[in-house]
Amino acid sequence: MTTTQAKPLELQTPPRPSPPIDDAQARRDARALKQGRVARIVTHLAILVGVFLSIFPFYWLVVMATNTTAEIFGYPPKLIFGSHLFENVGHVLASIDLFGALGNTLFVALSCTVLVMFFDSLAAFAFAKFDFPFRRSLFAVLLATFMIPAQLSLVPNFVVMSQLGWIGSFQALIIPGAANAFGIFLLRQLASGAIPDELVEAARIDGAGFFRTYFLVAVPMLRGGLAFLGIFTFIGAWNDYVWPLIVLVDPKRQTLQVALSQLSSIYGTDYGMVMAGALISVVPLIGVFLIGSRHFIANIAAGAVKG
Amino acid sequence: MTTSPLTTRRPVSALKRYWPQYLAISPFYILFLIFGLFPIVFSLYISLHDWDGIGTMKWVGLAQFQYLLSDPRFWNAVSNTFIIWFMSTIPMLFFALVIAVLLHQNIRFKGFYRVAYFMPNVTSMVAMALVFGSVFSDSFGIVNSALKALSLDTVPWLTSDWGIKTTIAVMVIWRFTGYNAIIFLAGLQAISSDVYDAAKMDGAGTARIFAQVTIPMLRPVILFTVITSTIGGLSLFTEPQVLLGNTGGPNESGMTIVLYQYNQAFTQFDFGYGSSIGWALFVIAALFAAINWRLVSERTGTKKWGRTK
Repeated sequence: MTTTQAKPLELQTPPRPSPPIDDAQARRDARALKQGRVARIVTHLAILVGVFLSIFPFYWLVVMATNTTAEIFGYPPKLIFGSHLFENVGHVLASIDLFGALGNTLFVALSCTVLVMFFDSLAAFAFAKFDFPFRRSLFAVLLATFMIPAQLSLVPNFVVMSQLGWIGSFQALIIPGAANAFGIFLLRQLASGAIPDELVEAARIDGAGFFRTYFLVAVPMLRGGLAFLGIFTFIGAWNDYVWPLIVLVDPKRQTLQVALSQLSSIYGTDYGMVMAGALISVVPLIGVFLIGSRHFIANIAAGAVKG
Repeated sequence: MTTSPLTTRRPVSALKRYWPQYLAISPFYILFLIFGLFPIVFSLYISLHDWDGIGTMKWVGLAQFQYLLSDPRFWNAVSNTFIIWFMSTIPMLFFALVIAVLLHQNIRFKGFYRVAYFMPNVTSMVAMALVFGSVFSDSFGIVNSALKALSLDTVPWLTSDWGIKTTIAVMVIWRFTGYNAIIFLAGLQAISSDVYDAAKMDGAGTARIFAQVTIPMLRPVILFTVITSTIGGLSLFTEPQVLLGNTGGPNESGMTIVLYQYNQAFTQFDFGYGSSIGWALFVIAALFAAINWRLVSERTGTKKWGRTK
């Protein structure tokens, strides 16, 4: 799974000094060979320091979620896993409707994911493989919407939702983002390369209409991109915080993130319990990420390099 | 862009002929009109009124914006946002570049390292803000415990001005360093080895190759990371809100622009003023977009946006 499909960058050759003599090169090579092993060990150590810092908060989350609050508050602090996980989870379940929040989040995230995958790929296929009047200008509009910060419209969007009667409902979280510029742009780039024109033309000659061609030709060939977009959307929807915080006004109908934030502001001093809740909100996400991680990371990187 | 199998053959009405394509792209535009464009225009309208979201709207002209310009709490939020952005972006991009260079070598366990570095980026920020809140807790946090164990002075991370800003910056750095490193790594891998071979043939040393070949060729990728960091930095909300609450902690040291907007609109129910803050954010973001655009088009001579292949 290589990530390098970027267009070749322009070369800016530095001014050329005179070529070195072969002796110097040979000496450098010999020295490099000796230093190679040491350098490799140093490199791994440096990388591992970073890995430690990246992983430590997760480790610490588990430590806190498995210890009692008294142990967390103690000095010196407990640095290893305890045995109070189930007790802490029990406290969470007694305080908030955790499974309800989990179910709500799952429902919202899955709905967003399915809709985004469908609408984005449909639009991407149309943009990539068909010519129709105003195609270019419509696509330019789509790109321009990237530049608008979402936070600009928190207030008016709330007003729109209340006019629609959607305050407190899950439509408010699902519908506005059901098709997005990011996914259409990404899949369009992939579709232009991945779907051969001949195949689309052959399908047309066989009498397949646009939607039939989409299902039979485009969807199978965009599998990889769709999987990435799906994971990306799922993680984003799962983690969304500010919008659900504003729109979901009923404390009994919350997503996990908002419920977690409530749990901490109401029972803030019971750290063991709050961390058990946090752990439950993190684990499914890490699972989804680890399943698709190679593919996911490759696509993120490729998207950025392509600009 | 010119190779398309199904170009117009007969002069039939475009809509009749291309209705499936228009239907296929319509969801995005319909949703954008209702939940994107209309709210933006509407928010300008709201910002010219005094409104609590329920009662009648009272026209006040530009009074909200006048108040905004002289509101010390707003300017405190702007300055906090920029200080935290500065404190986080520079170390973040520096460490990301170092990690990318280290990972770019031919080493083992590369796949594992990449996943480990990327993991912070996919995690729920609410949960991790709670974890950082306890790690940096003034009284029982592990950071202060470590300082105590080394017989150093403890730091009031969550109650002092710089402590709060540092904690938020550390959270941003933790979350995005690996992400940026993966992007830099992809940029490094996109540089063909011929270029390095040519530079080595010319006798350039490692440091010189890095400064004169690698960095210039990474420029588009670096600019991408700067742009995304700017957008992310301007919209900072979850970290301070979960860590410090709706007012950004003591002396509002952790109050950011978006948190202030949320605070005014949804805890004080001042929708008019909340909308003006939203527009102020938009102006600042547009200013940065213009600067970035300038940098991109001047330095590289290419058009960043609208590159449709």
